[in-house]
Amino acid sequence: MIVDIITAILMVIGSALVCIAGLGLLRMPDLIIRMHASTKAGTLGAGLVLAAVGIHFVDVAVASRAVAAILFLLLTAPVAAHMIGRAAYRTDLKLWERNIMDELRESETLRRREAEVQAQNARDAGSTSSSSAP
Amino acid sequence: MSLVEAFGGGLIGWASMFSLLLLLIGLAFGLIRLTIGPTLADRVVALDFITVLAVSFIAVLAVATGEPAILDVAIALALVGFLGTVAFARYAERRSLQAKAPLHSKDVQDKLQENKDDR
Repeated sequence: MIVDIITAILMVIGSALVCIAGLGLLRMPDLIIRMHASTKAGTLGAGLVLAAVGIHFVDVAVASRAVAAILFLLLTAPVAAHMIGRAAYRTDLKLWERNIMDELRESETLRRREAEVQAQNARDAGSTSSSSAP
Repeated sequence: MSLVEAFGGGLIGWASMFSLLLLLIGLAFGLIRLTIGPTLADRVVALDFITVLAVSFIAVLAVATGEPAILDVAIALALVGFLGTVAFARYAERRSLQAKAPLHSKDVQDKLQENKDDR
């Protein structure tokens, strides 16, 4: 009876989280924010439902399979999200118009500017040495 | 209430019914995003989400039918879904690089210059 109650609660909470993740996937304004909704809430919801399966059958074999499935989801979801995000960022990703920060782009422009300054310094040093030589 | 009876009735039957309903609503949201998604990346994210949703669907069905062997299907589906997502992401990245490449690559520009010289 206790096992049934715990199973029912975990199953309903997990399904509700997956449903909310779908709502976020539909309503959020840009790709990165949509991924933030679907990846994290969806993985947690599926993990809770799988935990409910592991508890419901009071059996070590089923529970270990459920734990393996949860671990697999937790390992692969961030990798997949990272790969999609990188691919989308390298193609033309449109950020939300109310977005205020893009640290990756800022760091890249900063790096390019530093490289330009170093090249300029090297050119100046070369010209001064060549002019002072004769 | 015959559907609840089909899942064994009682608390587990009702909880399975309710969970399947919630997952069905989530599936509808995911399919709408898959249809309207403006870019390829949006559609890949929607497909990834639908895979996770199918895993939880199968888990709920395993509880509802009392058949633990279905769980193997969930594990296999999670594996295939991950591989599919990674393949889609690499494809999208490479397609964008190929679309950009001809404008920047040196030999193409040299060829254009040669054509200009011939004229």
